[in-house]
Amino acid sequence: MSYFHHSDEGQPRSELPTLALAGNPNSGKTTSFNALTGARQHVGNYPGITVEQKEGIAHCDGESIRIIDLPGAYSLTAYTQEERVARRVIGRERPLAVMALLNAGALERNLYLAVQLMEMGVPVSIGLNMMDEARAMGMSIDVPQLSRRLGVPVVETVARTGEGLQEYLRETLAFGRRFEGQPWHPLHISYGPDLDPVLKHLTESLDEEGVGCAPYPTRWLALKLLENDSEILSELSHDKPEVMAHVKEHIDEVEAHLKATLGSSAEAIIADYRYGYISSLLRGVLTRRDDIAQRMDLSDRADRILTHQFLGPLIMLGIMYLMYRITFSLGEVPMQWVEVFFGWLRNIVDVSMADGVLKSMITSGIIDGVGGVMCFVPLILLIFMQIAILEDSGYMARMAYMLDRIFRIFGLHGASVVPYILGGGIAGGCAVPGIMAARTLRSPREKLATLLTVPFMACGAKLPVFIVFSGVFFPGNEALVMFGLTLTGWVVAMLAARVLRSSFIKGPATPFVMELPPYRMPTLQGMCIHAGERTWEYLKKAGTVILAISIVVWAAMAYPGLPEDRVKAHEAAVADIQHQIDASEPGSVMRLSLEKALQEEKGRFSEEALRHTVAGRIGTAMEPVTQYAGFGWEANIALLGGLAAKEVIVTTLGTAYSLYDTEEDSATLAQFIARDKNWNIPSVVAFLLFVLLYAPCFVSLVTIRMETGSAKWAAFSFVFNTCVAMLIATTAYQILSRC
Amino acid sequence: MSIPLRSLPVGRKARIASVRADGELGRRIRDMGLVTGAEVEVIGRAPLRDPVALRLPGFTLSLRNNEADYILVEPVD
Ligand SMILES: Nc1nc2c(ncn2[C@@H]2O[C@H](COP(=O)(O)OP(=O)(O)O)[C@@H](O)[C@H]2O)c(=O)[nH]1
Ligand SMILES: [Mg+2]
Repeated sequence: MSYFHHSDEGQPRSELPTLALAGNPNSGKTTSFNALTGARQHVGNYPGITVEQKEGIAHCDGESIRIIDLPGAYSLTAYTQEERVARRVIGRERPLAVMALLNAGALERNLYLAVQLMEMGVPVSIGLNMMDEARAMGMSIDVPQLSRRLGVPVVETVARTGEGLQEYLRETLAFGRRFEGQPWHPLHISYGPDLDPVLKHLTESLDEEGVGCAPYPTRWLALKLLENDSEILSELSHDKPEVMAHVKEHIDEVEAHLKATLGSSAEAIIADYRYGYISSLLRGVLTRRDDIAQRMDLSDRADRILTHQFLGPLIMLGIMYLMYRITFSLGEVPMQWVEVFFGWLRNIVDVSMADGVLKSMITSGIIDGVGGVMCFVPLILLIFMQIAILEDSGYMARMAYMLDRIFRIFGLHGASVVPYILGGGIAGGCAVPGIMAARTLRSPREKLATLLTVPFMACGAKLPVFIVFSGVFFPGNEALVMFGLTLTGWVVAMLAARVLRSSFIKGPATPFVMELPPYRMPTLQGMCIHAGERTWEYLKKAGTVILAISIVVWAAMAYPGLPEDRVKAHEAAVADIQHQIDASEPGSVMRLSLEKALQEEKGRFSEEALRHTVAGRIGTAMEPVTQYAGFGWEANIALLGGLAAKEVIVTTLGTAYSLYDTEEDSATLAQFIARDKNWNIPSVVAFLLFVLLYAPCFVSLVTIRMETGSAKWAAFSFVFNTCVAMLIATTAYQILSRC
Repeated sequence: MSIPLRSLPVGRKARIASVRADGELGRRIRDMGLVTGAEVEVIGRAPLRDPVALRLPGFTLSLRNNEADYILVEPVD
């Protein structure tokens, strides 16, 4: 289906009058939206992409008004997803008016977007936000004059305190109502003697040929074509390919002419004239007095320390460490509550239900599975609160600024550091919030490369495996092993990113040009709303999928059961030995060896039962491949279980080692491992490397799917990471077992 | 006399003489307000000397050195 002619199927048009909120990133859009709509909002994603779609209901003089929050954008081109979504939604929803919220402190640049909205033709009203800061910077703006020149309402606001917002809403609504039902009235800017005639000619030929795309005015479409807008071109070519081929030819001629005579492109000339229009608009309206510009001063002074050549990186390390400490020490307590709650639930079911398939499914499948997901919730809540602080305060942009030089080498972006750290860059993180944190990257290729490599990090769920094995094979050196594995995670993640960026996610580095907003105090409300939204989203989506998957994993390890005669034979053997034990003398050598035989019989049986299940068969079937890395079938099952959640590796290994008695803890698992002849230094090293690097757990995969908007990337990550892990584990095993 | 933005020392003010980039980079640069005639000042460099932090009237931008190479400036006093 084409981009602009969106079918409205299944999307009941709202009865309420609709306004859209547009603005640059960091202009205070979220703050205004929250202030206007309060808790009456709805968050979703635009289909197929992670740009957020937010809607809410505001009230004005007793009337309810629907407000759509458009993604933050600097312009209305086809280059970024945010910008494409913004202009598409305006065309599809046809709001009464667009509220263009501007950061008054950077008025010229912010008007660049507002002017483009007006050129599109939709009624626009302007909110001069952050007026408190603008005044502190020594700016004064002649509001009535600006409003007269633009012919639209202009209202001063301070979103943080709510000042002016109601008035802004009221004026916008009244202004929009004046044009209700009428075609859009686009603003016409002159683009100079070279382009104006071309623009006129293009508009006329589009009109004559009947090429168009309502409600966008033809002149706007012509302008976009001149700006080399690939999306509009392909959209218009859809209906009339011959006409558009002709038009394209004409535009190419114009481009060539401009290049030859002015050494410039149409795109650049258009931007220059647009900024020129803005400066003439502001002449006499805006005055800046440098002598009282304290606001910037404060921020600059902070930057002198926070991005200082030596102090900057040190402070950044400190902050990152602190974040990790806060999350995993503060998060531990509520995490335990969740665990205790699910343990309690499990117990209740355990005592109140008769043994059987249903009970086993409810306890091992549903409760353990859902409990596993719920455990992450406190962590995610905390992580997102801190990310909100980093983002709203402006520090996040500084982190990207300081680290960009290093990350760029690997085809990443300075801002990739946050997802890496949270995902386990400091041992103990968790890939799920890590992957979600990649949202803050505005560059699509770098974002994808980041979120696909985050799962290589040493997340907290892998730690129990590392602890158990290093305790047995590297006693006294556990910390070193842990450190080595964490470091390996970083190295592999960054190298893999490099590989991805020159193969599957090829493409030039996205331009870095980024705003460094002044430092600001984050607000509690903003933080809570932000964190709450993200957590809820995680719960909803991951919760439903993980439930289904944990039932599947449970079934794979429980079915098919052994045939009747084998069960009977085992029961008979057990009864027989038990009989002999009862008959023997307590404390005698005879009795001890009988008890041992009983233990062995039970062990053999549960091993056989496990081997017989789907999981067991897969584990056995994988042996021919995994033997090169030194893993036996029990290890394979554990690794398969680990696909659900990495914590499961240890528990599955326990089951696989005939720990039929669930009371036994990992200390005895350690003994089992020590006793098993299959485990030696080479195979343990290979196993640990494999656990560190192989396929992300299911929750991570679901999150990858969610964040990339495509199951393809989740599948890719599964295969890619497993191949990388297998390659590295096999190499390590082969080398180590030879020397 | 125009010089590349990369070689503008920290603390020195300048006016943009021309922006040579086209395509996505050119677009991003212009969208962020870096157009002919704009007043800029390099206010700092990242710890590894790249990217640079630029002050424009009312806001601060950062861009990579190799991106700054596309921008020619004329120092003003
Ligand atoms: N001083 C001041 N700060 C504001 C104002 N509006 C928003 N902020 C702050 O600016 C930062 C960015 O705001 P946010 O709403 O997240 O911007 P968005 O990126 O446009 O959604 C936050 O720290 C806000 O608290 C305002 O009018 N004055
Ligand atoms: Mg926001």
